[in-house]
Amino acid sequence: MEAVTFFIAALIAVAGACGVVFLKNPVHAALSLVATLFGVAIHFINLEAYFLAAVQVIVYAGAIVILFLFVIMLLGVDRAEDIQSDPIIGQRQLALLATAGLLILGIFIALAFSGEVTGVPPIEAQQSTFDGGLAIDSGSISKGVPPEQNIKEIGRALFSTRYVFALEITALLLTIGVVGAVVLTRRSKSELEPIPVVEPPALMRNSEGEIELALNEDEQSPIEETIDPPVEDLPNEEVEVNGE
Amino acid sequence: MTFAMAIGTEYYLALSALLFTIGAGGLLVRRNPLIMFMCIELMLNAANLAFVSFGKEMNDLGGQLSVLFVLVVAAAEVVIGLAIVVAVMRRRPKASIDEVSVLRG
Amino acid sequence: MNNLVWLIPTFPLLGFTLLLLFGRRLGEPNAGWLATTMVTGSFLSTLCVFLGMAGKTSEERVYEITLFEWIPSGELSVGLGFLADPLSITMALFITGVSALIHMYAIGYMHGDPNFSKFFIYLNLFVFSMLMLVLGDNLLITFLGWEGVGACSYFLISFWHEDPANASAGKKAFVTNRVGDWGFMVAMFLLFFNIGSLKYSDIFSSVIQLDALTQTTATAVVVMLFIGAAGKSAQFPLYLWLPDAMAGPTPVSALIHAATMVTSGVYLLTRMNPVLAEAAGWSSDLIWIIGLFTALFAAAAAVAQNDIKKVLAYSTVSQLGFMFVAVGSGLYVAAIFHMITHAFFKALLFLGAGSVIHGMHEEQDMRKYGALKKAMPITAGTFIIGWLAIAGIPPFSGFWSKDEVLLAAWNENKIAWVLLLIAAIMTAFYMSRLVFMTFFGDKRWAEDEKENHEEDEITPPPENEKKNILNPHESPALMWFPLVALAGLAATAGILNLPFSHNTKYLEKWLEPVLFGNEVHVLASTSTKWLLAVIAIIGATIGVLSASYVYLKKRINPAQIELPILQDAWKFDRSVSNFMGGPGRKIFEVVTWFDETVIDGAVNGAGKLTQNLGTRLRATQTGLIRTYALGMVIGAIAILAYFVSRMGF
Repeated sequence: MEAVTFFIAALIAVAGACGVVFLKNPVHAALSLVATLFGVAIHFINLEAYFLAAVQVIVYAGAIVILFLFVIMLLGVDRAEDIQSDPIIGQRQLALLATAGLLILGIFIALAFSGEVTGVPPIEAQQSTFDGGLAIDSGSISKGVPPEQNIKEIGRALFSTRYVFALEITALLLTIGVVGAVVLTRRSKSELEPIPVVEPPALMRNSEGEIELALNEDEQSPIEETIDPPVEDLPNEEVEVNGE
Repeated sequence: MTFAMAIGTEYYLALSALLFTIGAGGLLVRRNPLIMFMCIELMLNAANLAFVSFGKEMNDLGGQLSVLFVLVVAAAEVVIGLAIVVAVMRRRPKASIDEVSVLRG
Repeated sequence: MNNLVWLIPTFPLLGFTLLLLFGRRLGEPNAGWLATTMVTGSFLSTLCVFLGMAGKTSEERVYEITLFEWIPSGELSVGLGFLADPLSITMALFITGVSALIHMYAIGYMHGDPNFSKFFIYLNLFVFSMLMLVLGDNLLITFLGWEGVGACSYFLISFWHEDPANASAGKKAFVTNRVGDWGFMVAMFLLFFNIGSLKYSDIFSSVIQLDALTQTTATAVVVMLFIGAAGKSAQFPLYLWLPDAMAGPTPVSALIHAATMVTSGVYLLTRMNPVLAEAAGWSSDLIWIIGLFTALFAAAAAVAQNDIKKVLAYSTVSQLGFMFVAVGSGLYVAAIFHMITHAFFKALLFLGAGSVIHGMHEEQDMRKYGALKKAMPITAGTFIIGWLAIAGIPPFSGFWSKDEVLLAAWNENKIAWVLLLIAAIMTAFYMSRLVFMTFFGDKRWAEDEKENHEEDEITPPPENEKKNILNPHESPALMWFPLVALAGLAATAGILNLPFSHNTKYLEKWLEPVLFGNEVHVLASTSTKWLLAVIAIIGATIGVLSASYVYLKKRINPAQIELPILQDAWKFDRSVSNFMGGPGRKIFEVVTWFDETVIDGAVNGAGKLTQNLGTRLRATQTGLIRTYALGMVIGAIAILAYFVSRMGF
């Protein structure tokens, strides 16, 4: 049964991943990301990481992707993106090459795994995290235990001497993240300044799709022509932006 | 038909490599900043999968704990990243990431 | 008394510093008196050291003192030290003595000059440099003084630099000296390379006891040193600067170009006599041949000069040639003896000429002189003593020293003696010509009264000016006192080294420890020496009489003797200028081209290459996030590939 689950979940995950990469509409891409996340969650269950699977669905699929959708809607980037050509010369070809190389190497390394890993030898040094004080490792995973045992073990390990500091730091990190988000997106009272327009670097094609390879910097920026004026028919938020 | 095949760690690692590669390819090719973010999330997930499978292999809870932390950091990163995207792209909805290239040599 | 040696150069240095700070405030004539006092102090210190040294035995007369280590640089360690031995103290004595007299003279001569104190600053600096030159205990201190006197010579020759001719004369002196300095430096390098030290005592002990120099090296050193000496002492072909250097004020000509700086070359070669002894014979021959040639060359040129100072300039060149003949023949004592007497009578002659020029209101052309004896009796009297000395009339000092030099020539080569005798006769001739044209004969200056008026550009001179042209006057006491003193010295200095018996040869006995036995002894019987002396006297008399025939009695037309080519100094100077302006310039242009294109091109090219490389590499900094991401992925692939390659199969 494990094999069947594996392959089906793998299929879902990979299909979702390809969807993220190849779909033009950002909302569609977000939804296929959700599919991938679900597939990975199923894998977690297969690997007996029950708590993690739950957390994955709740946090990743339930919060982060929602956040993505919020921003997509806010910025109005739900228009389809032109995916035909790439302004940067050679990017696509090189990307293809890089991807292929990465894939080959990755699969190669993965399949060559033979049970030996670097680092702490797994079985001998294990001791239970029920000890107070210094635990040598994080605890054992027993096979076939019910999910609540897994959660218990994770809880104990997380608050053991080994990981509690990291835990508190991550809490701090989240707080900082929240504060940072508020600060960054705050609107200043004065008129918003436009994004500075610079001439594109030599690698870019200009608006006609032709290649200009001049290395000098005194050319007219073609980007200016492609900037659309801010759209007028979007909800209130956008009007406010325009008005300032 | 039931498969009695044992899924060893290498299958999970191969899957993780595949997901990672797809994510990297997407990052290089797409121009919309939000979709690039999603590809980054894809890569993180691939890494998570690798962590958990190694944890299972070594019978060590550390794999799962690492995934927990990766999750938290990914969440924080998404928050800040999207805040930046919002701050930069507010005026130009159809912007591509290539226009943010002032820091040029 | 020996530990007073350091005082000797310190006095003029102190004078230089004080004048530099306060000279303008002191003004005329106090600045001059300060300078003179300093040099007199130096002279008195030298006298003390000399007296102390005279009381010791011959071996104890060499005294070295090092004040501090000046250049500690690896193997080379040069200290600032002084070497007080008979040679250096002798030189210091007459340098400081004559300098003191000339300083006093200059107070009167430079009266009314706007840059009065600046003159004395340079003069004191010069005396300091010259004293460092002779008192240094290693070659580098000597070189320091060498360069110092060259620089001061430049400053002083172009003292009236508003006239560009004076400025270029100064430049010419400096540049020609520099050519000689190259020789000196190469000699220093060779000596250091072979011996490891520049100190005289180390060099001499290595050469004499350890035989540290091969004959080839010693010969090379001698030739290089001679090139340096030729530059400083105005031997052919580096004599060009000395006639032009007469553009400087007369005290400068007297001090630098008669008594002190030009003798540095002779001093150097005499000092390095152990090295000369190790060298091959042809190097010494080179020295005396060039000396002889210069003596004849310059004497012939002096015959036809009309400027009183130019006659004396060529005369100096000629007399220096005499000294080099003595050095080349190995009779160092004769060279030093002639140097001393020459210092006295040439300084006297120059100062006297300055007095005449001063009295004739800056007129230097002898054709406008005549019958000045009545107008300037003291000048004339002292000048005549100097004239008799240089002509070689006994019992004046010049006769004795010149006789020694002639003896050296006889010992070396009989033909050389004949030629040198001819040079001596010419010396008598042109000096007599000078004296007759200036002090005797008809008054040629009263006649030119009308011509002078026509030459006046602005207005005819007022009444009292007219009187001044008609009335050349005697100089003030400040100026004739040094003349009298020098005349006394010129008359009596012969007793330093009378040849009659070994006991009277004071100078030879005195200089013995410095010569390390390298003094050549003349192989001639006493009767031969008497004969040579008599021939020399006859020759001098012939010179004087023939000059009187031409210039006093007007029996022979002077134009037959004063040939134009002689007046132009055999056209040598002109040909050098033509060469430098013509083919010389082409060579310089090639060198310049090489420097600009090849050397500068390489340096600039390195810079341009870096710039180009940087510009091209800058293209990788596109600012685009995706290209950076691509780079990262490619980097990750590289690392993975590396790990894969390390996996053992």
